[in-house]
Amino acid sequence: VSTPSIRGRAGTSIARRAWWPGRAGHVFVAPYVVLLIAFGIVPTGYAIDFAFTDTTGRFAGLSNFTAAAADFRFGSAAAHVAVYLLFWLVSLVVFVVGLALLLHNVAVRGLGRTLRFLYYLPGALAGAASVMVWLFMLDPTVSPAGFLLRAFGLDTFGQVIAPGHLPLVLTAIAFWTGAGGWIVVMYGALNNISPELLEAARIDGAGPWQTAWRVQIPLLRKWIVYMVILAFAVGAQLFVEPQLLSQASNGVAGRDYSLNQLSYDFAFQNNDLGTAAAVSVTLLLVSLLAAVLFVVKSGFFDAD
Amino acid sequence: MTVKVRADGARRSGKGRSRAALMALSGVVALAACGGHTGTTGSQGGSQGGFQQAPQTNGTLTVWVDSTRLAAAKLYQKTHPTAKINIVSYDGDANGSNYLQTKVSLFNRTRKGWPDVVFSSQNNETSWAVQAGFTAPLNKGLIPQSTLAGWAPGANSPCTVNGTLYCLRNDLAQTVLWYNAPLMKKWGYKIPATWEEYQALGQKVATEHRGYLVGSAGDTFTPEIFMWASKCGANQITGAKAVTVNTTSANCTRMAALLDTLIKNRSMSLSSVFSTDFDKNQADKILMLPGTSWFGGALFEGTFKTPKGQIAVAPMPQWSGDPTPAVGNVGGGTWLLSAHSTNLKAATDFLTWVTTANDYQGKVAPGYPAYAPAAKVWLANQTSSHYYANDITGPLQTAAGQVWSGWGYGQFSQEAIWAATITPGTTSGKSIVSMLPAWQKAIVNYARTNGYKVSQ
Repeated sequence: VSTPSIRGRAGTSIARRAWWPGRAGHVFVAPYVVLLIAFGIVPTGYAIDFAFTDTTGRFAGLSNFTAAAADFRFGSAAAHVAVYLLFWLVSLVVFVVGLALLLHNVAVRGLGRTLRFLYYLPGALAGAASVMVWLFMLDPTVSPAGFLLRAFGLDTFGQVIAPGHLPLVLTAIAFWTGAGGWIVVMYGALNNISPELLEAARIDGAGPWQTAWRVQIPLLRKWIVYMVILAFAVGAQLFVEPQLLSQASNGVAGRDYSLNQLSYDFAFQNNDLGTAAAVSVTLLLVSLLAAVLFVVKSGFFDAD
Repeated sequence: MTVKVRADGARRSGKGRSRAALMALSGVVALAACGGHTGTTGSQGGSQGGFQQAPQTNGTLTVWVDSTRLAAAKLYQKTHPTAKINIVSYDGDANGSNYLQTKVSLFNRTRKGWPDVVFSSQNNETSWAVQAGFTAPLNKGLIPQSTLAGWAPGANSPCTVNGTLYCLRNDLAQTVLWYNAPLMKKWGYKIPATWEEYQALGQKVATEHRGYLVGSAGDTFTPEIFMWASKCGANQITGAKAVTVNTTSANCTRMAALLDTLIKNRSMSLSSVFSTDFDKNQADKILMLPGTSWFGGALFEGTFKTPKGQIAVAPMPQWSGDPTPAVGNVGGGTWLLSAHSTNLKAATDFLTWVTTANDYQGKVAPGYPAYAPAAKVWLANQTSSHYYANDITGPLQTAAGQVWSGWGYGQFSQEAIWAATITPGTTSGKSIVSMLPAWQKAIVNYARTNGYKVSQ
């Protein structure tokens, strides 16, 4: 971070400050770094420590990892998360980009602003609270959309949350609560595309579809990759949605559904922090690997 | 939104200082910080009453209760104005939430914060709490034998581990047959004494009065109402960490087949009695409902607001030819005393009062008291309220002694296993009989995960 204003000043202060030119920037970043260390890096290190030690604190090799993988719930939980990630990432990319483009093309200014606000609104609710909203939405007896559910032949809450419906249900909840922020981000990125470029495309005879497909989406690529990387990490840590669903249905759906729930069970039901940490560390590795893959394949850090 | 849950804490005193510093940074501290003792060290602790006692301080007593038992703690405060008591309300561990176990495992790491007395709506807490060193033995000097003798026979068996009593049962949850007396009379039906008669009546209701119900199989406690009462050996806890599971014996299949028949002809509901769906569409269609003793107050009077003079109680039906009648059981809360308490005298006093005093158990408590003398007063009170259409005393008292002892109280939740394994299947039209092997497999898996040695 450069601070040209400081260099411009006269007197001894220049000499004193020159050895640390980015001071203001560091001051701004410092609180974040402190929080990152406290709530990000230290707990991660702690989890890694737990994952490789046994209950007496001795080095345990990979035994915690093999114990986790050998649990009868591990395979199904991993499969659940994989299917959910597929649903969630595809819906995110398709609908977020689509809606952002739509928003960008809305000519009426007031309408665009209203839509932007509406998209963002669910994200403004606190996470667990917005999931709670869905528990009502999914119960045909009390849901305002109950007629829709009944139209699909779903008359009771139990039928709505049948095991086969869960990837869709969880994706719908996650999209509703989390996509609004991304739509606003994509919309901002679209606004960054120079109007001359779009003008040129129009003069060359490109319609809205061609402009979107050949100009706007290629220019959004890095933003989309950025979204996918973060959404992958968040999605792999699926927890609140199935956990609340499980409590609302008294355990009929969503119990031991995701890997993070399994980790939670290991930690607090079986008092086995080592195995719980092993699951967390596995998730971290998978997310990091996916991120590296996306970064390399997309040329994320290449200069334009 | 997703949250990554991490558990931190000092595992060994050897790494104590650096661990503690790390912990101060981690979010878990915020969770664990409530309810710590700050009293000064008074008399020295020691090994009395069968466990190593903490130094006693006579400080403030911390009591955790669920919303229903809040009335009990408040009443104690009112009737004991000099007692220093801090009442904390929590979810009571309902529906296997494991809140208490989660918190105690965190307190065990921070070495402070334990509540002195806890109410739990679950009756299997000793399965982990004894191992975690959380519960104090009660029959080794803390509570006199003469008091303990007052509990209904077998009431404290979920609290007993190797002959030592680690908790006190709050209420019994023996199952009975609830029914709508005016309706039964109007339609000229006889109260079924056997399961065979019950099934025949269910089939009759299905044809003669379509839409009316003879029971519900949509709850997590369905196995405890029906399978337990049928002496199905799905949950035979044979030792501290040993269980025998057999879900395909004749005792299990006969009840599963009965449920399948009645589910198919729709006289047996598949909705939970506590669901919005049931309350809205089915609550006024109940002809009979096998359920527990607390259905009367909690469900009919509280949730359904069934008018006075309709609901009556009969003994649970039995299989014809079975010489020993058996009933099931759904919950019945327990009170635990912390072995870490620095206020053992006050804690014991509260515990004794809350489980035995007529002021609470006899007159206020919503469930059938586990302490027999209080149960007598409670039954008399229920009778004098004239809410029920018949005298509920006889059937409830008899059922209290008939809870089949072959179904144990393990660490894994049978309710949760049934909910996740059987309920989605019945919702999609599968028969319970066909899912019995899957039920067996799920119980075995969960038992093993919890460290149980499983015999099949």
